[in-house]
Amino acid sequence: MKKSLSATNNSLANTKRQLEILSNGIFKTELPTFAQKIQETQQFPIKPKKLEILQINLGYMCNQVCAHCHVDAGPDRKEIMTVETMKLCLDLIKKTTVHTLDLTGGAPEMNPHFRWFVEEAVKFGVQDIIVRSNLTILRANKKYHDLPQFFKTHKIHLVSSMPHWTRGKTDKQRGEGVFNKSIEALQELNKVGYGLPGSSLKLDLVYNPSGAFLPGNQEALEKDFKKAFQEDFDIHFHSLFAITNLPISRFLDYLIASENYEDYMHALVDAYNPEAVANVMCTNTLSVSWDGYLYDCDFNQMLELKVQSSSQHISEYNEKLLENREIRIHQHCYGCTAGAGSSCQGVVA
Amino acid sequence: MSKPYYDAADLRKFGNITDWSKELGEKFFDYYAKVFEEGALTAREKSLIALAVAHTEQCPYCIDAYTKDGLERGITKEEMMEAVHVGAAIKSGATLVHGVQMMNKVNKLEM
Repeated sequence: MKKSLSATNNSLANTKRQLEILSNGIFKTELPTFAQKIQETQQFPIKPKKLEILQINLGYMCNQVCAHCHVDAGPDRKEIMTVETMKLCLDLIKKTTVHTLDLTGGAPEMNPHFRWFVEEAVKFGVQDIIVRSNLTILRANKKYHDLPQFFKTHKIHLVSSMPHWTRGKTDKQRGEGVFNKSIEALQELNKVGYGLPGSSLKLDLVYNPSGAFLPGNQEALEKDFKKAFQEDFDIHFHSLFAITNLPISRFLDYLIASENYEDYMHALVDAYNPEAVANVMCTNTLSVSWDGYLYDCDFNQMLELKVQSSSQHISEYNEKLLENREIRIHQHCYGCTAGAGSSCQGVVA
Repeated sequence: MSKPYYDAADLRKFGNITDWSKELGEKFFDYYAKVFEEGALTAREKSLIALAVAHTEQCPYCIDAYTKDGLERGITKEEMMEAVHVGAAIKSGATLVHGVQMMNKVNKLEM
């Protein structure tokens, strides 16, 4: 199995190095900064709106080592959120307007306190609890086999990764055997009622392009995915979210190694859509890292760009201070504003 | 180092052709955009046609553009290669069918 950048001492495991490459390029022609670009349409600085979504990273441990992973997650990553930090997250839900909890990782299910946390969040009456499941974890080990039933009991909204409806493309991005295991997991989820037409057990899929290109039209891709999955495997799901790969971490490493970095950055800049800026996910979301620090989004978390505020840790959460902050931006933000825009919930414009 | 005639980065400058002939350039791009809109054919089908034609026209810019476009639409490499073969078959068929003209001419000229 492949290893994380962190385990292989890759220079990109250092976020300073990543930011340096994002700033200075390896470009023949200069790129405008993201700040300059949004200034053109008077959208600088980006300010947060009402907080609606708390995205919580339960840890970087994962059973997969995907080639594009912006978290650099994998079995060798040991960072895991503690119960104490989870309790602070629950306190935060109580005192804010948060209606959606978005649990991510790594594989969030691998956190030993995952089930306890979900049950507590349900007790708090959170409107929508999203679990970003990589699917294969549901088939990885017997102790996870009852998760579909657990999710059903607590009416969890599942959002699962699936880079393509063909085996080859999926396994290339996510690892050998991932496609078959994902199909098995989807069939198990369908069996308990997830993803079926009209079912309230929400099962959405996430599509990331398997290479140095942008995602096509989300609606058309969803149609193609649904047709292929129904015909080939009798699998059903609700919506497909098309997400652009951001040029950070393992995907940045791939872009540089394959000599696609310059072209990819140009493609992002050329596809810049000012209409997407108003709805980027950082405006209504806060991202909490495994150790309780606050970030504008999961990508800023991976670049170690903490919120620009004196309230930087969940233990010292201050609504007023955070509402008045400016969202931290850098060149990777072009990824969320290219084309129809990109967020954890798919297109935004 | 020798400079190739084709530079992949020039594709990004395609829009600049309006610089020296604004009206005609814009008319072309309007037409181009209209052609590729979803219609009786899906945008996906049009992308595959464009890829096949890009090969028969042997336009490196178009090949790059429609290979990328195909990937963005989730088109598989098998589908892309089949499209290229369709283009190749028509191109070779078009060459061969002219053989009839050659045969006609021979038949006419020979005793």
